Amino acid sequence: MPSNLDTENQLVKSLTDQFKNKIKTEYVKHNRIKISTNQDNLKSLATSVKELGFEQVISHGGTDYPDNNVFRIEYHIICVSKKKLRSIMFSIMTEISKDTPEIETLIDIFPSAEFHEQETYENFGITFTGHPRMEKLLLPEDWDDIPPLRKDYILPGRG
Amino acid sequence: MQNAAMNIEDKGGDQLVLHVGPQHPGSGHFRIIVTVDGDYIVGAKPDPGYVHRGAEKMAEYRDYIQNIPHLERPVIIDATGVTLPYVLTAEKIIDVEAPDRAQYIRMIMAELNRIISHLYWLGIYGIFLGHSTMFMWPMGDRELFIDLAESIGGTRVTFSYVVPGGVRNDMPTNFKERALKTFDYFEKRIEEYKKIFFNNPLMSARTEGIGTMDKKDAIRLGITGSNLRACGIDSDTRKDETYCLYDRVDFEIPTRKEGDSYARCIVRLEELQQSMNIMKQVFDLIEPGPIKQVIGGVMRGEPGEAFVRTEAARGTMFYHIVSDGEKNPYRVKISVPSFRNLIGMTHLLVGSRLADMPAIYWSLDYWPVEADR
Repeated sequence: MPSNLDTENQLVKSLTDQFKNKIKTEYVKHNRIKISTNQDNLKSLATSVKELGFEQVISHGGTDYPDNNVFRIEYHIICVSKKKLRSIMFSIMTEISKDTPEIETLIDIFPSAEFHEQETYENFGITFTGHPRMEKLLLPEDWDDIPPLRKDYILPGRG
Repeated sequence: MQNAAMNIEDKGGDQLVLHVGPQHPGSGHFRIIVTVDGDYIVGAKPDPGYVHRGAEKMAEYRDYIQNIPHLERPVIIDATGVTLPYVLTAEKIIDVEAPDRAQYIRMIMAELNRIISHLYWLGIYGIFLGHSTMFMWPMGDRELFIDLAESIGGTRVTFSYVVPGGVRNDMPTNFKERALKTFDYFEKRIEEYKKIFFNNPLMSARTEGIGTMDKKDAIRLGITGSNLRACGIDSDTRKDETYCLYDRVDFEIPTRKEGDSYARCIVRLEELQQSMNIMKQVFDLIEPGPIKQVIGGVMRGEPGEAFVRTEAARGTMFYHIVSDGEKNPYRVKISVPSFRNLIGMTHLLVGSRLADMPAIYWSLDYWPVEADR
């Protein structure tokens, strides 16, 4: 596996120059970059990542951390048109409090995140403000239990 | 899922709301609510979720081995396509790597599965364009590839063959000869497919210029797989971020510029040939050796995370696994190509004629069970 991380480091540097201490580089590995920020800066970070050439949200999801009372929200972003960036997956991440599970949508920057955000909404109960369809997508319409991917939802028969 | 209402709703004027699916034979386990004005579709709202089982939640209750057959279930027609990225992700978590021979056999299985899946799609596409020969031929020829895969994996479709550290068992000794015989036969069949279907003026009339997506929209909406390549973008994960030993084989990425239903079909047809080319090269490259790195005891990883993408039959399959060091994964996120291509369906249907709906819908190779997970 090549150990040259020039492209990755260059991408991270351009963001750290811009955002200074508002972002934290979680890791830079071969083809993988992960940057975290707080809830308020997520949108401007996403805009800058798009300006770097990353175009599609390949995956978006949440993870429940009940011990810290937070949800971790991640967007994994790829580029399909520029050969130089194609091998890299760029992840941006933020944590939001479980007491106010609300965050601004990114679909105006990445329209490809539309259904992903809807899925996170129904599975974690996180509201994406500005998203035009905050409604159930995959779950049954009469689902009235807690959102199923939260850790306090126990699968029937497994409790 | 949304509230089921009447199947047809009069919106006044010339507009009607039609519910296509979930029992419609052409929809699969999926509903799409279309608003038509006369013959034209003016609104389309996909309603997935009829076969949603919560695969991601259930994966948190199973260990890394139990999850292989579990996560295979959403996409049984492309079983290796969905289990391979899972296993590659799990391998990063538990820190093992498969030997070369296992990587090559994985590639053979992945390419066989791509052909099996594409032929299934082609049969369905044929029948929904009213061409019953194009239903029967691919379904019949598909059995030959299923036989090949069965001789390696042990079952017809759900092999659960790829495991962390390698593959379950070795190939039969005469596999190469059997496979090459099948490829010889099938290469001739592809020409016959072209004669009867792809070069048929009826097929062209139903698909050319129908459901056209331009390059910019395909990128913007997150379209993936053959649907993206039909818009002129030669993106394929096997080359973009190579995995297994795909960097040692030489193959082309079929693309088209038109972005219409015909382009999406012809790209898949050409991918069949490329898959066979890859396998032929693997037969020359593969050498005797171990097929598995034996892992003792229960598999556990260090706390951490890994994400991997691979090129499945329908596009890029993505897994993100978070581990807290226990024997079960803490969180498994699967991003499947059908779910990402779904957004393209609304985009393509609005403005089309209702009669073109099957030609557009099936050209996207949308697999509801995969999308719902």
